[in-house]
Amino acid sequence: MFAAMLAALPFLGGGLLVTLEVSALVVVAALFGGLLLGTGVTWGPLALRLVIRTFVDIVRGIPVLVLIFAVYYVSPEIGLRFGNFTAAVVALSLFSTAQVTEIVRGAASSIHHGQMEAGRSIGLTFTGCLVWVIIPQAVRRFLPPWINSVADAVKGSALVSLIGVVDLMLSIQQVIGRTYRPMPLYILGAIIYFVINYTLSSLSRGFEARFAYVRE
Amino acid sequence: MTQGDRGMSEPIVRIEKLEKSFGAVRVLNEVSLDVGKGDVVTIIGPSGGGKTTLLRCVNALETYDAGSVRIDGDEVGFSDGARRRRRGDRELARIRAETGMVFQLFYLFPHLTAAENVMLGLRRVRRMGKAEARERAMRWLERVGLREKAESLPAQLSGGQQQRVGIARAVAMDPKVLLLDEITSALDPELVGEVLAVVRGLAEDGMTMLVVTHEMTFAREVSDRVVFMEGGRILAEGPPAAVIVDPANERVRTFLARFR
Repeated sequence: MFAAMLAALPFLGGGLLVTLEVSALVVVAALFGGLLLGTGVTWGPLALRLVIRTFVDIVRGIPVLVLIFAVYYVSPEIGLRFGNFTAAVVALSLFSTAQVTEIVRGAASSIHHGQMEAGRSIGLTFTGCLVWVIIPQAVRRFLPPWINSVADAVKGSALVSLIGVVDLMLSIQQVIGRTYRPMPLYILGAIIYFVINYTLSSLSRGFEARFAYVRE
Repeated sequence: MTQGDRGMSEPIVRIEKLEKSFGAVRVLNEVSLDVGKGDVVTIIGPSGGGKTTLLRCVNALETYDAGSVRIDGDEVGFSDGARRRRRGDRELARIRAETGMVFQLFYLFPHLTAAENVMLGLRRVRRMGKAEARERAMRWLERVGLREKAESLPAQLSGGQQQRVGIARAVAMDPKVLLLDEITSALDPELVGEVLAVVRGLAEDGMTMLVVTHEMTFAREVSDRVVFMEGGRILAEGPPAAVIVDPANERVRTFLARFR
């Protein structure tokens, strides 16, 4: 069994890179998207809040797989020509953005509104309040659930194999197709995904310790 | 309009016919009030009477519907140009930098030390260098008796100490007027004295202050003028001797009876 795993490794490198690439793109897009929408949904005008709320609720209410198929098969209908890689990244980014938006909202609204008032009362602008008062406090409540969402993105990326993106998952299945030995390959796959996510959660614990400070 | 005893120069705070509603509830009803330079004006009255809302309108933490609030001639909520429009974030920030506010629940920044709490506005609003801001922060912390607590986080301070840092944070910005919103209401009784002592000192130094308080003894001792508010209106106004010690107004008498 160990020999079978070892023999398969060279054929998984390309797929692993695609998995990491998809994950990285999704995480970065969702981080920026989520920070923007999360700020909007927390402090924006009512109309903006409703629009963001609707987007988040719809996207979070749809299974990721359906979202991937929807973007892949529906986008040509509305004149967008996404390749399968792009469609996969767009769909996963939408999903992850909705998640991060909620995380940002949760972290931001856990900060007492008096903090924003105190910041304003000494003459800080809205942006100044965010940068010097809100974000430094919210970041420690943001990081743990955000790292979870990063791990979700890595795991969720396995779904892109279903629209033919040759990621780690599909590479594994391709090897199985040639060797007819699913067991060692799926175990190997599980180990690789686990190593990635375990590294992430260790990082998360490190961050938490670093951003901890005495509370009120 | 009565101008108290100074009346010569333009007041620092001039509130004229201020109106404000929350939905159908009118919380401020044609409120007019002047605070002259160096004056301490105290607002008393029952809860829900509009005291805190009035105070919050003065530094634009609350918008108002009609009338005007001017700080040293500058309209707070609306631009002064030909067309009256609400001020944007940047303009409001500039105006708020000229007023200091101390909150009932302190609202210190919990991630910053006492010194850093005082320094934040000096650095990021007044654009002072770090050394200069620090020196000034330390001077004010010394003034409120907390120099040795400069490196403590708010969570490591007592309520009274936190509120004194709150005062230092506000006055270090060198505001034209200091707004105090029931600053001792959340404190244990034995901590009230240390905070009021700091405010007394500031009053003696000529700091212009608009104070909302339930501490009648303090109001009587420190105020140049006392204003009684109820139902969004000013029902009585005058020197403490007239409003608190020997009130002519029936409502004021009933209200004060609870404090005797």
